[in-house]
Amino acid sequence: MKLHEIIEILGASIIVNTLDMDMQIQNACSADMMSTVMYYHTANSLLITGLSQPSVVRTAEMAGIKAIVFVLDKAPADNIVEMAKEKNITLLKTPNCMYTASGKLFQSGLPSCLGK
Amino acid sequence: MALDIEKPIEGNFQIIGGEFDTAGGASSHLKSKLVELGVEEGIIRRASIATFEAEMNVIIYAAAGRLSFLITPTYIEIKIEDMGPGIEDLDQAMEEGYSTAPDWVRDMGWGAGMGLPNMKKNSDEFKIDSVVGEGTSIEMIMKLP
Repeated sequence: MKLHEIIEILGASIIVNTLDMDMQIQNACSADMMSTVMYYHTANSLLITGLSQPSVVRTAEMAGIKAIVFVLDKAPADNIVEMAKEKNITLLKTPNCMYTASGKLFQSGLPSCLGK
Repeated sequence: MALDIEKPIEGNFQIIGGEFDTAGGASSHLKSKLVELGVEEGIIRRASIATFEAEMNVIIYAAAGRLSFLITPTYIEIKIEDMGPGIEDLDQAMEEGYSTAPDWVRDMGWGAGMGLPNMKKNSDEFKIDSVVGEGTSIEMIMKLP
């Protein structure tokens, strides 16, 4: 699924834009626990999370995750925004909760990182 | 293909317990070096994840620790030693989902009980030693094809 489609489906706002809007995102993972993300992630994926700590961006950096969506319109602090710019990771926020955001994307054809 | 480097590349980092905001500095440094050297993406990801998890464990559980890495033409070695409480039952600690992290750590997104399993999963060789009341040391090796 293209990044701009994800933004449209989630009614998301862009906080940091580092990617081509036509970039293909292969799959997604929804989690608030960062080790779970690193255990089940795949590269070039989207992370849907309610956690807005600096370690979210670090986790994305290590796991090769290209974009993060913060649910419930959570706005990350300035240091997180700066780190994302530096590490080339796109940050989005959506008014949807994690369940709804995940459901909308899944229903539109974006599969889970875990494949089940 | 083995890495074309004249001599091994080393890195040494001090990690301070409780420093969540700067967590991941050592892993990020290692990742940059591996990218610079043109290491295959999958191996970079495994080494970065294993190192980040190790760093987080020091930050979550220990007063302080030391992390070092060594990149040779044929393998990456990562060593971590901490001054932490030590682990009473290593078999239990290696189980997926087992964690002794307090709630405030979970609120920060850690303590899922996947840290040690994640390190093992991403290493070709994994060794852990721990003495209760003294600390824990971990050695990980990722082979370079």
